[in-house]
Amino acid sequence: MERIPVLKIGDTLLVSIQTDLHDQMVLALQEDLADRIAATGARGVLIDISGLEIVDSFAGRMLAAIAGISKILDAETVVVGMRPAVAITLVELGLSLNGIKTALDVERGLRLLS
Amino acid sequence: MTFGNVVERCRQNESELVREWREVVARSLAGRLPAALVEKELRDILDALLGALEAGGGTDPQAEPYAEVRALLVELSRDRAQQGFSPRETAVSVFGLKEAVSKVLGDTDVTGFFRVIDEFGLYTFETYTKAREEVITNQAEQLLELATPVVKLWDGVVALPLVGTLDSARAQVVMEKLLQTLVDTGSEHAIIDITGVPAVDTQVAQHLLRTVVAARLMGAECIISGIRPQIAQTIVALGIEFGDIATKASLADALMLALSRLDVDVNAEIAKRSR
Repeated sequence: MERIPVLKIGDTLLVSIQTDLHDQMVLALQEDLADRIAATGARGVLIDISGLEIVDSFAGRMLAAIAGISKILDAETVVVGMRPAVAITLVELGLSLNGIKTALDVERGLRLLS
Repeated sequence: MTFGNVVERCRQNESELVREWREVVARSLAGRLPAALVEKELRDILDALLGALEAGGGTDPQAEPYAEVRALLVELSRDRAQQGFSPRETAVSVFGLKEAVSKVLGDTDVTGFFRVIDEFGLYTFETYTKAREEVITNQAEQLLELATPVVKLWDGVVALPLVGTLDSARAQVVMEKLLQTLVDTGSEHAIIDITGVPAVDTQVAQHLLRTVVAARLMGAECIISGIRPQIAQTIVALGIEFGDIATKASLADALMLALSRLDVDVNAEIAKRSR
């Protein structure tokens, strides 16, 4: 099964989602990320979803779940590069992702974490 | 089809015909166009029409000899449509010729000639409608352009001055335009100015809130400005909660807030640019 790579840059873990998400991939990512945060002691998680064109409520909840998991493991989550269409969909689904930080692109996201 | 001596007799009485015709037309236009202008228009049309008939034009208004008449009528109907004259007033400009002809030529048999005039009356009408439709299409386009201007106020600050009623369809267009501009310009601050929105009800507030939340998801902050005193009262009376969204009375205040969030030193920027 295809897995989404988790890259470590300094104290930050970078997840770049460039394909549309299947439920299995989402669950695998959640597990991988939890493992990596615990193993590396990362302080920040940056999720780049600029390649994501379609979201459903499952993927939306996943983002919230990942943020929750990171928080318990003492890492901050920043979601970056959300497309307008995705943002509108999430708002229409009633998922405002409270408690998650957002930024326009990876650069600003990193600045937010540092 | 032959027109007997109608054309010839029209030529002989041309100036009288034009005068009578103008009388009829002027009655319906009720002085909204200068008489001299109308008379010139009509004289040109009559001259072109008689010329075409002499050159052997039949009853088909699309025939070759009528090219000039058609051009004149297109001009007339377009002018009338743009100046806001009604279809009746425009049609009378052509059909009035019949009245003038019967009055001036008396008992001459003019049936064939009238058929030609009828054809051109209909032609004028068609052009008039087309011109009207063009006017409407243009206005609709202009309205859409008016609907969603997103202006850059500073590096990283864009403003969306909303003018007019915000219905669901427009709110959607406005929201998409703003979010796309945030991505395109990489701006982290957006000011939504509602000075031009006549009334804010729960639905409009809902649209605004959704836009702000969507912008937040993308990593940008919105400030809502231009809230007039009456609107502030309405908002409170309706129990609308803006939560932690920044609201300001004027665009200037909103810009100030955005600049302070960006930590901009305006004087330093001005000095840098004027150097």
